[in-house]
Amino acid sequence: MNQRNNIWSGVDWITIGLFFLLAIFGWMNIYGAGYSFEQTSIFSFSNRAGKQFVWLITAFVLGFCLLMIDEKTYDILGYWLYGATIIVLIITPFLAHDIKGSLSWISFGSVSIQPAEFAKCFTAIAIAKYMGRYGYRVESWKDLVVPCVMIVVPMVIIMVLQKETGSALVFAAFLLPLYRQGMTGKIMGGGVVLIIVFVVVLKLGWIPDSAMDKVFEPHQKNRIEVLLGIKEDPTGAGYNVNQSLIAIGSGGLTGKGYLKGTQTKMKFVPEQDTDFIFCTVGEEWGFLGSTAVLLIYMAFLLRIITIAERQRDNFSQVYAYSVVGIFFVHLMINVGMVLGLLPVIGIPLPMFSYGGSSLWGFTLLLFILLRLDASRINKLH
Amino acid sequence: MINDTYYKRRFVIAGIVIFIVASYIVRLFALQVIDQSRRVKADNNALVRQPVYASRGLIYDRNDSLLVFNQPIYEVMMIMNEMTPNFDTLGFCEAMQMDTAAYNQRIAQISNVRKNRGFSKYTPQVFAGQLKKEDIGLLQERLYNFPGISIRQRTLRDYTYNAASHLLGSVGEVNQMDLERDSYYQQGDYSGRDGVEKQYEVALRGINGVEVLLRDNRGRICGSYHDGELDRPAVAGQNLKLGMDIELQMLAEELIGENIGSAVAIEPQTGEILALASMPGWNPKDLVGKQRGNNYMTLLQDSKKPLMNRATQAMYPPGSTFKILQTLVALHQGAITPATLYPCNGPQSTPIKCTHHHGSPVDLGMAIEQSCNPYYWCVFRDLLQMDGYGKNNRAFRHRYELWRTDIMRFGLGQKFEDSDVPNQKSGSVPSTKLYDRFYGKTGWKAITIRSLSIGQGEILVTPLQLANQAACIANEGYYITPHLLYNDSAYMQPDKRHETGIDATYFKIVKDGMERVMLNGTGRWHNIPKWHICGKTGTVQNPHGKDHAIFIAYAPKDNPKIAVAIAVENVGFGATWACPIAVKMIDLYMTKHFPEMADEPEQTDDEPEK
Repeated sequence: MNQRNNIWSGVDWITIGLFFLLAIFGWMNIYGAGYSFEQTSIFSFSNRAGKQFVWLITAFVLGFCLLMIDEKTYDILGYWLYGATIIVLIITPFLAHDIKGSLSWISFGSVSIQPAEFAKCFTAIAIAKYMGRYGYRVESWKDLVVPCVMIVVPMVIIMVLQKETGSALVFAAFLLPLYRQGMTGKIMGGGVVLIIVFVVVLKLGWIPDSAMDKVFEPHQKNRIEVLLGIKEDPTGAGYNVNQSLIAIGSGGLTGKGYLKGTQTKMKFVPEQDTDFIFCTVGEEWGFLGSTAVLLIYMAFLLRIITIAERQRDNFSQVYAYSVVGIFFVHLMINVGMVLGLLPVIGIPLPMFSYGGSSLWGFTLLLFILLRLDASRINKLH
Repeated sequence: MINDTYYKRRFVIAGIVIFIVASYIVRLFALQVIDQSRRVKADNNALVRQPVYASRGLIYDRNDSLLVFNQPIYEVMMIMNEMTPNFDTLGFCEAMQMDTAAYNQRIAQISNVRKNRGFSKYTPQVFAGQLKKEDIGLLQERLYNFPGISIRQRTLRDYTYNAASHLLGSVGEVNQMDLERDSYYQQGDYSGRDGVEKQYEVALRGINGVEVLLRDNRGRICGSYHDGELDRPAVAGQNLKLGMDIELQMLAEELIGENIGSAVAIEPQTGEILALASMPGWNPKDLVGKQRGNNYMTLLQDSKKPLMNRATQAMYPPGSTFKILQTLVALHQGAITPATLYPCNGPQSTPIKCTHHHGSPVDLGMAIEQSCNPYYWCVFRDLLQMDGYGKNNRAFRHRYELWRTDIMRFGLGQKFEDSDVPNQKSGSVPSTKLYDRFYGKTGWKAITIRSLSIGQGEILVTPLQLANQAACIANEGYYITPHLLYNDSAYMQPDKRHETGIDATYFKIVKDGMERVMLNGTGRWHNIPKWHICGKTGTVQNPHGKDHAIFIAYAPKDNPKIAVAIAVENVGFGATWACPIAVKMIDLYMTKHFPEMADEPEQTDDEPEK
């Protein structure tokens, strides 16, 4: 009883507040994106906003439940959960039905689940367990072999078997906890330099088409070339981004007003309630609204960094930085894509994009951290 | 235990987060605040401006009889994407009363993007247009069988009377030139093509409204935008009231009948045109709807040229009707006095001989009454030679110019530029330049142009100008610009009153003469004395066949209410063919509007008669 009280007093309500602020605003925009100027209620289950409301409530319940689970559970079950995740990921493509070329969805009746959304969380726990064990230190590259394998295995499964490049790319987020634990910064710096070199060389036309074809799928190659302005294709590969930019640009300073955007309502922007949900924000809430959303995200991320830094054991800190990394990579890739700064990669905007799997995945990720954080005081004793 | 060797790295990580968010905000600022162009692109994507057609103004005559109105027509619209794969083509063809070959041809036509630029599978396309109610009856009944098919209503012109086709004009689809000239029009709009419909197009058409609709990414219409906030309702066109009297118009057309000719009636005090008939014409209903094109071609190819408005476009020498103007100008310029006598035969009148049976010499009154040619030759000759010929014919040419100026003051030789009558021809009062070109500067004298004295030769007038000339005589010296609109204040302005500059007393003399024409002269056989009609016949020599009959008149003599001009081609004497038409028109108009002005027969006996 005494300990339970400690848990509630230790919970970081600021993070929870920011999380639900973003989720509720996201839910409003899902309603906006699906709204077609016909009066259906935001709670109606015939539309996605109604379904998302159910996801929101259940996410809230899930978060509450997670706070009740003893933090030691994750340490104990860490590798088992990871192992189970890998098995589920491998099985998934065989049970999945094809959705736009992706084999990552399993259906249970009318509900579809995307296991990859949960894999991030369990990978984070496994890495945290490994790096949090007593006496672990990053002193040479050999110490990073096991964590890197833990990251690369689900990444490869998702990319190769499930054909979900976007979800796989998110595993790059784990570079952040590795870096914080002592991995040399040259790896991240080197990555940035490599990308710059790749862009410059591609722009100058020094990479033969045949080489590009070997590395990328045709649609990926098109998206990269359109982004870099090598190719103009506003009706084909460039259609999404072109319409996305029109939607955001037409919002102006203050936006067209809630439920008044034409680009998203009339479905000119594809995926306007999932991957391109930020267009609705840009169109209806304008520069002020979009900036506010970005700043709330920034506050959310900085808050989690603060939480990470106040952890007293490596397990919690590694896990916390994994959370930072995952949220950050999602935000950066998704908004970068919508703003036409990054190639089109289909990953959701956390808490905003429609979808139960992604909302639950992020809830799971965050509330495990909040439970770890809430019980940090106990670790002293 | 916490490894704090790398604790500073938290700032690097926080720095990366802040950097990315900041650069995205900069990007948003550039997209949303600095660059404004995407607003327009978004509107072009999603907003469709659909016209709401304004109903065209109605046209009434001076007695408020409805002449032109709107009838609903129907268009069969087709949204191809909504037509199911098992669409009952045969049933549809049956309902449309067409065969499948025609159906397939029409579908191919619609789907041809090169010819039908607005084609989309998701928006309504016109499958068949300009259908009457009876044409779509069958389809309407079975419409529920045909998904993707709908019926849209528009309006077309309809006419109460089969008359006044030239005057009213017609309405047709705008052409490329209209689209370029006036940005108001859009492809498929209707506009007035001729007559009053064209002249008053801007007033009649009203202002089309616009409905701003939302369109989705596949071109489907998804309802109105912002609850119609940007919509603009259509403003109906103005109704027009014409000065025309439709009964008078129909009588004129009926009396000309199968002949080729025209009749114009004007109310002298106001310049309002009471009738403007040109025959042959057409049934106005023939140039409406889907048969318009074919019927127009038929009219265009007709050798009788029914499309020509002879009342304003046909040009004839005025013949003897011109003698009235000759008299007035000669009196005005002092070439003759009312008492001047000329012999109508003998050397003085050579080379023009009199063909009539009357005494000689004749005075002015007799000359008008009997339409004496030698008299007018003498008058014209003496007028032009009043100052002799002078050096290089200068004095003669000066006199000719003065004469021409006075004649043109009656509205001859020029269009009524300040009038609303469309498609006028100017006619011609020959200039000295014309004769100089024929004969050289000193090569022509009075005798050279003697035909002019009796209204033959190079002088050409339109029936409208003739009627205006009659109105001018009725008014004793001025005319109001002849026009079509009833009681229009624009025509009551002083600048619409055109003075001839000739003294009213001279007009009294010619009026007496014109009355004598009707009592004793060439008009006497068809006269209706109770209206005190004053008239003048004319017979125009026609080198290509029978003469043209011309007649001008007005009535009543001292309080004129109507002035008329008639021209009938290739029939012979004006007295026989044109005069009765004018008299009957005057009779109808006076009986209808001014029955109290009829003079009882016993009173006419008191009139001085010679």
